[in-house]
Amino acid sequence: MSLWYFICELFPLEMLRWDFMKNALLAILLMAPLFGLLSTMIVTGRMSFFSDALGHSAFTGIAIGAICGIAAPIWAAVIFSVVFALLFSYVRGRSDQAADTLIGVFSSTAVALGIFAATMGGGSFTKYNKYLIGDILSITPGEIGLLALTLLAVIVFWVLCANRLTLTAIHPQLAASRGIPVKTSQTLFTVAIAVVVTLSISSVGLLILNSLLVLPAASARNVARNLKQYHLLSVLFALAAGIAGLTLSYYLGASAGAAISLILAILFTATFSMRKIRG
Amino acid sequence: MKLFSHGGGCGDSCCLRVQNLSVCIGGDNILKDVNLHVHCGEMVALIGPNGAGKSTFLKAILGQREYDGIIAFSAPGERSRKPRIGYVPQSPAFDPSDPISVADLFACCQSRRPAFLGLSKAARKDILETLDMVHGADLIDKRVGTLSGGELQRVLLALALEPMPNILILDEPLSGVDVEGMQSLMDMLDEIRKTCDLSILMTTHDFSMLPRYADQVVLIDHGIKIKGSPETVLNSEEFRTAFHMKGGKA
Repeated sequence: MSLWYFICELFPLEMLRWDFMKNALLAILLMAPLFGLLSTMIVTGRMSFFSDALGHSAFTGIAIGAICGIAAPIWAAVIFSVVFALLFSYVRGRSDQAADTLIGVFSSTAVALGIFAATMGGGSFTKYNKYLIGDILSITPGEIGLLALTLLAVIVFWVLCANRLTLTAIHPQLAASRGIPVKTSQTLFTVAIAVVVTLSISSVGLLILNSLLVLPAASARNVARNLKQYHLLSVLFALAAGIAGLTLSYYLGASAGAAISLILAILFTATFSMRKIRG
Repeated sequence: MKLFSHGGGCGDSCCLRVQNLSVCIGGDNILKDVNLHVHCGEMVALIGPNGAGKSTFLKAILGQREYDGIIAFSAPGERSRKPRIGYVPQSPAFDPSDPISVADLFACCQSRRPAFLGLSKAARKDILETLDMVHGADLIDKRVGTLSGGELQRVLLALALEPMPNILILDEPLSGVDVEGMQSLMDMLDEIRKTCDLSILMTTHDFSMLPRYADQVVLIDHGIKIKGSPETVLNSEEFRTAFHMKGGKA
């Protein structure tokens, strides 16, 4: 961290005088490629609503972990989310209901269970607000380390599996005919999102997480002509919105998560109006 | 044109042997007691009304559907080998908003290098050569979701032919393709199967092309109702019954 602090001090920016801003900026620089990459596959695989549901299940896991007296409820949340993801994959593979209907069923159940667990015995819900809204400005060096490790794991996973995941997402039958184990690939990706979403939620919150998991790729799709442009633009949009949102929130005194989400929405609007250029 | 042989060199021997095949889904018999032999270099057309079990039959051959019976890729008595199946799926499944070019689709199917890193020059040259087999080299940078029905079928066909399969399976290749495109696609398939001694199994609702191109037509309606030459099947009572035709010829 001291090397990062030293680099930040080379820039004569007022906001980088503060350690919490240096931490937040580093977190953004790690989150942008992490969520920029994941969002490409989430949007291509039509799993935007699912990642949102996973965020809620993570919150439920945290609440249950806290009730059970687990010292680090985030690990209870990871286990809960993975079980949630596996159960969803199992039901989706055996039901003829539309995926969004099943996601709605799972999401509602998870949220209800979380609120029930959190408020049982007259407990207060307020302490869980940080998971819903999040506060990137209070991110700790330990949480940044966890983000860095998650990014590294996602990059390795991406290099090894991106081709088969893409083919599975765009045409499962074609993927199966090429020898790709479609169900295993879908389940593996679902579990990977569950782990990443849950590990990130306590440090960045549900609001910014969901924006970063959907909007960068949704904007990139408006103008990208191929997979290379799609990935590059998605990461760049996440990065640009992250840095601009953090800066804006510092000078206007607003929530950083909300500022980043709003800039991503502006980027989507801008690319939407340019979408004819991709041909 | 770059053409390959599937390496069978097997004359009239069986490329695909289906014996007593039955598929049951949720207690319903979708297919019952299907028996079919497809020889090397033969073009076989599966026809039947909607919901007759044609796609289920293809899925069973592709290993995507559980079944009872035997699906083997050799003659009786021979040891069944693991076949390389080229598959051309029904085309309308690509999302027009997906930023995936034809080159990306090939890279995802064939390359270990992640497609999002872009193509090497050698890989691009190989893809161009394969696309050239179906007169589609100019399509390489187009997005798959924006291709016309005929263009998409040509791309999917090129994809299925690299590497050259032992058997080529096409699910409704003529749907969504205009008359000129149909003719051109069928000519291409005919040339490839003759040159490469490749067996082709396809489902279709378009019967006009069958007399000219198919060696064998199989009428399926939860089981095989009749099979034989195009003339035999298209003029049969079973054909008229299956498609609710009263009198006259197809």
